[in-house]
Amino acid sequence: MAVAILRLRSLFAVVMLSGIYSLISAGLFVTMDAVDVAFTEAAVGGGISTVLMLGTLALTTDREKGPVTNLQILPLLVVLITGAALMYGTLDMPDYGDPQAPIHGHVADRYIAEAPETTGVPNIVSAVLASYRGYDTMGELSVIFTAGIGVMLLLGAGTRRRKD
Amino acid sequence: MRTPMRQHLVLRVTTKLLVPFILLFALYVQFHGDFGPGGGFQAGVLFGAGFILYALIYGVDRARRVIPESAQRVLIAAGLLLYVGVGFAGLALGGKFLDYNVLAADPVGGQLLGILLVELGVGITVAATMITVFFIFAARRRGGS
Repeated sequence: MAVAILRLRSLFAVVMLSGIYSLISAGLFVTMDAVDVAFTEAAVGGGISTVLMLGTLALTTDREKGPVTNLQILPLLVVLITGAALMYGTLDMPDYGDPQAPIHGHVADRYIAEAPETTGVPNIVSAVLASYRGYDTMGELSVIFTAGIGVMLLLGAGTRRRKD
Repeated sequence: MRTPMRQHLVLRVTTKLLVPFILLFALYVQFHGDFGPGGGFQAGVLFGAGFILYALIYGVDRARRVIPESAQRVLIAAGLLLYVGVGFAGLALGGKFLDYNVLAADPVGGQLLGILLVELGVGITVAATMITVFFIFAARRRGGS
């Protein structure tokens, strides 16, 4: 599918494919028991961003310019080396769901043991997001806030248009 | 994109049927996020998606009558203000910043209240931002505003 996205020249089809890709990865997250993430991926990746991309296409054009014909060696080399390094890095990763993995030895146990009692919230994901990691969520929210303000300023949502 | 899709009867009827349920589901996700999957962010996106669907089919101008631009701007700021306000409320009641334990008589109740309010703030800001961004995109015409 990624190859198809790269090869296609019709940007409309590309947007549709990336929406489908988001939906599939949402299904993947469900099978990995990350329902909250899957929810977000389906709503944002499959829904909102697809609509926004289509809106952008309506404003600009839905045909990509012709392909780059001359083969560029240096970028290809950089991409290949980075990809190989990343794949090499995954070899050292612990198995999926391994209880001995370093990530589970930190605070996760305490969250799972304490979260339902101290917060009264059965969904541990919500408890961690809103309570234990309240600062982070506040940061995320201000990122969204800033993004909204930025789009407003850049694309001009103001009712006061200059008339000249 | 500004012209409503008047000729598509199936799309219009289906949208009219679906939008109330999408909005209701968004509210369910918002307030049931403590118990099931979901929370403020997902609920905000769903709520925004419901409005965007309505605006896609019935036109941005009609959707803008439901939520005017000024209200969107106020809501974007209000969500973040609610979040930070909960943090400062904890500070004012003798706890730390974003410490929910002091919000109610007992710590668990305070946590419940704090998480509920904070998630509500997240939901409001996310929904308003999504709607605003879409409206801005849709209101522009090809080749400049």
